[in-house]
Amino acid sequence: MRRVFRISCLAVAASLAAGPAFAQGNLNVYCSVQAEWCALIATEFQKHAGVKVAITQKGSGETIAQIKAEAANPKGDVWFGGTGDPHLQAAEDNLTDSYKSPALPSLHAWAQKQAADSGYRTVGIYAGALGFGYNTELIAKKKMTAPACWADLLQPAFKGEIQMANPNSSGTAYVAIATLVQVMGEEKAFVFLKGMHANINAYTRSGTAPMKAVARGETAISISFVHDGVTEALAGFPVKTATPCEGTGYEIGSISIIKGARNLANARKFVDWALSPAAQQLGAQAKQFQVPSNKDTPVPAEAPKFADIKLIDYDFAKYGKTAERKRLIARWDSEIGALAK
Amino acid sequence: MMPAAPSPVVTLRRAALLWTAMGLAGAALLPWYAQPDGVLAFDWIGDFGGTAEASGAFTLVLRHGFWWLWPLLGALLGCLSLPLLPAHRRTIGTVLTALAGAGLALFWLQGLAIGVNGWTADWLGAAFGAIDGRQFGIGAGATVVLVALLALLSLGLAARGAFKGDAFIAGAVVAVAASIVIFTVWPVLRILVQAFNTTEGAFAPALLLERLSAPKIWALRCLWGGGGCGVAWNTLFLALCCGAGTTALGLAFALIATRTAFTFKKTLRVLTILPIITPPFVIGLGLILVFGRAGLVNQFLDSAFGIAPTRWIYGFQGVLLAQLFAFTPVAFLVMIGVVEGVSPTLEEASQTLRAGRWDTFRTVSLPLMKPGLANAFLVGFIESIADFGNPIVLGGDYGVLSTEIYFAVVGAQLDYGRAATLALLLLAFALGGFFLQRRVVGTRSYATIAGKGDAGLPVALPDGLRRLAQAIALPWAAFTALLYVFVFVGGFVKIWGRDHTPTLQHYAKAFAIERGPDGLLWTGAAWHSFWTTVKLAAISAPLTALLGLLAAWLLARQRFTGRGALEFATLLSFAVPGTVIGVAYVFTFNVPPLEITGTALILVLCFVFRNMPVGVRAGMAAMSQIDRSLDEASAMLRGRAPQTLAYVVLPLLRPAMVGALVYGFVRSVTTVSAVVFLVTAEYELATTYIVLRVINGDYGLAIAYSCALIALMLAAILLIQLLVGERRLGRRAAVPATAPVGRA
Repeated sequence: MRRVFRISCLAVAASLAAGPAFAQGNLNVYCSVQAEWCALIATEFQKHAGVKVAITQKGSGETIAQIKAEAANPKGDVWFGGTGDPHLQAAEDNLTDSYKSPALPSLHAWAQKQAADSGYRTVGIYAGALGFGYNTELIAKKKMTAPACWADLLQPAFKGEIQMANPNSSGTAYVAIATLVQVMGEEKAFVFLKGMHANINAYTRSGTAPMKAVARGETAISISFVHDGVTEALAGFPVKTATPCEGTGYEIGSISIIKGARNLANARKFVDWALSPAAQQLGAQAKQFQVPSNKDTPVPAEAPKFADIKLIDYDFAKYGKTAERKRLIARWDSEIGALAK
Repeated sequence: MMPAAPSPVVTLRRAALLWTAMGLAGAALLPWYAQPDGVLAFDWIGDFGGTAEASGAFTLVLRHGFWWLWPLLGALLGCLSLPLLPAHRRTIGTVLTALAGAGLALFWLQGLAIGVNGWTADWLGAAFGAIDGRQFGIGAGATVVLVALLALLSLGLAARGAFKGDAFIAGAVVAVAASIVIFTVWPVLRILVQAFNTTEGAFAPALLLERLSAPKIWALRCLWGGGGCGVAWNTLFLALCCGAGTTALGLAFALIATRTAFTFKKTLRVLTILPIITPPFVIGLGLILVFGRAGLVNQFLDSAFGIAPTRWIYGFQGVLLAQLFAFTPVAFLVMIGVVEGVSPTLEEASQTLRAGRWDTFRTVSLPLMKPGLANAFLVGFIESIADFGNPIVLGGDYGVLSTEIYFAVVGAQLDYGRAATLALLLLAFALGGFFLQRRVVGTRSYATIAGKGDAGLPVALPDGLRRLAQAIALPWAAFTALLYVFVFVGGFVKIWGRDHTPTLQHYAKAFAIERGPDGLLWTGAAWHSFWTTVKLAAISAPLTALLGLLAAWLLARQRFTGRGALEFATLLSFAVPGTVIGVAYVFTFNVPPLEITGTALILVLCFVFRNMPVGVRAGMAAMSQIDRSLDEASAMLRGRAPQTLAYVVLPLLRPAMVGALVYGFVRSVTTVSAVVFLVTAEYELATTYIVLRVINGDYGLAIAYSCALIALMLAAILLIQLLVGERRLGRRAAVPATAPVGRA
């Protein structure tokens, strides 16, 4: 109640300042980015549009499960943030609505392509590259050299020191496998994964767990999104990140309008706003350092520079499809998941 | 048994007409559908009858053309014909049962058939013609009618001679059964049928077999070292170890707390309580910081002896350790009531017959504790298979059903069918545990609390056993204490496990209070979720205890058809993992007739029905010790069922009541997986807030908040014990251990 009260106070104050823009209805946002970012989004959009925002923060996997469960009587209007795969899945499952924002032309090519691929049911708001996280203290102590390429992960020196997530449960791990398939070709990718298996100490259930294990020194190296490593480093842990020299994939944090949204007009207004530079720099304010999708948004200094990263032309249309995902995961299960430790 | 009332037919008629009048008044004067701003918003009064949303049932059918409400209102109106019927109890009962039963059926049929977009299925529209009405969730009026119909049904059943003709028992059974059916069975079934559906929602029963026989579930590779075993074996093995371990530890603690002169009993009790009131993930994180590769123990071994740090905590061993920490207290709570309840009379008799203390314990005390042991094992077993927090933090590669289900729902595959299949399997395991427990306890009598005078002094434990109990329990307790000191310190340092500069910043961020121009400003980030949690837990705890003990009393003391089914239904929500319950609640209660998602009500209901099983188990275990002769004595003194319950059974059930209240409160505060899908911006809970902090790596704040919650729950437990009081059994104090009696 207190928060709602505070938010409505803010809304009133904002509307007084903005003159005629008196609270024009409500907007229910499912938010899959970090808490401070979600809170900033809520207050800033209220100021901008005079709309009362109720924000519910959940992981992207939980949010799509919720949207699917609520499909008969949707309660949310718009889904902000979280890795692109579940957004694409929601688009494929007809859980989200198509909307062509007028802001589209000002976005980077990768964001425009993803929007077109999904039939404009989702659009990217930020991107984050896949790479390695490593614990600098452990690497120094064990006199190892930090990995710089995918091939480095096969070194015998890293035996039992690498952690990655299990693709059955984690979208991050699936992006990693799809990336390897696109970098090396499918057969070579699976040979590589088999070789790396000797160095893996655990395939965790959660996608963010390996980076946390690196931060606490439970493992030396992780395969993760590099911006997660920046967050851990800023929290005071001895974490550094690298992106593979052969090229790497990335995730597109996306935004979608939920099908059957009760506040459709406000949801569209929100999408337009979320794609603007003013809204996109809020991520950096909340200490989240992905690359914003609008070309005019200043890129935060801490963000891993996309220019320095060898990005592959990740085929979201192909690898975002449920059938392809099922096939690759099943192959991983039978060839790697079933191997002995 | 029933004392003859002056004129049962008159009383019956009066009661039935009263309920009918109440139902009709509710239908006429209260809005039938839920109001958008909640029960306490009275803006519907202004335009009552004007719009369909703000109309009573009669206005709806007469003015707005909602003809489908006629039949159920007709059933209720039919009950007004009672005075015309012959003054024959059975006839009246039959008519009442038929009318109320038909009314209830019609109530649900129309509610399920017409939703927010009119007819919910095409064939309904084809059969009954198009309608332009649409229905939202039921509101105050419909609820009153529902309650009235249920009451009439129980009056009718009792009048027909069911439940020994006792209207109170009939009402209690109908109320308990109806609430469990609506809030446990229905949602659980709705999600479980997904196991038969394809991901697109088409019905394909063959798929279940295919899903069930997957090698990922049943593989036995680990036996010959060729990889991991299937999740089913993993789960089962872990649960058996956890059930056995928690029961042994719980028994050791219970024996020390009740049968020895151990000096620090109070401290011991607090220590055994601590893990139960610890928010999820904290124990797991604490164990990592102590035993992890970079943890205290390994670092010490590394620097002192040069033993290379290992990762043994991740996997089966770590999960089992964490589960033993987490669930021993529950086993202790179940055991202590039983160990306390074993009457010294029989033990004294055994000693009089020259049995030694060990023989007495082995042949008399231990068998009498059997229901407690079996219940403790069952609870430990089921807690383990439903546990999600510990396997997710410490499991590493070791997958169990609960994590597998969670990721089938929220992971990369979003496969409700697979989740439902695995949930079915989990349910089957729980069911297996349940029947095993029934086999062990059997139908023998364990009653040792009877209404007969002094029962003598409890016998001291045999020395060997005492030493064994202490050797198990005391190191465990010391270890728990150490872990908690370590966690507690975590809230006061900059970065837990890394930068140990003392700081108050985490507490300041979470619980800051500032002095503003008009009073105090609660500026801390945690206050909102903190107060919501306290409020909802305080509402649900008494409801949980009340419903749980009522159900326990009915199950243990009354004989009626469907008793076994009801007993199993009470266990259902406990055995189904939280994630499944959460999704099931969203599935079921996001659409009319019961549209309650996004409200505080759904959270309270989820808490109550998820936590009630422990109240039921504790109540039944305690009740199996109270001799029926006490009930019979009360009945002979013309005490009716409600009086017997209030003056005889409840006072003897105080430990179980404390247990149920404490458990209800604590689990409401600490539960996470079930409520993840139910929290909203307005009703945010402490645990979901903490989990989000943990995900962000903000451990300091998470720990600080957890410590505050632990303090809150300790205060609540003390308050509950103070309010409920102890059970007085009319037994003398325990023996001093230094004066052993009857050494052979």
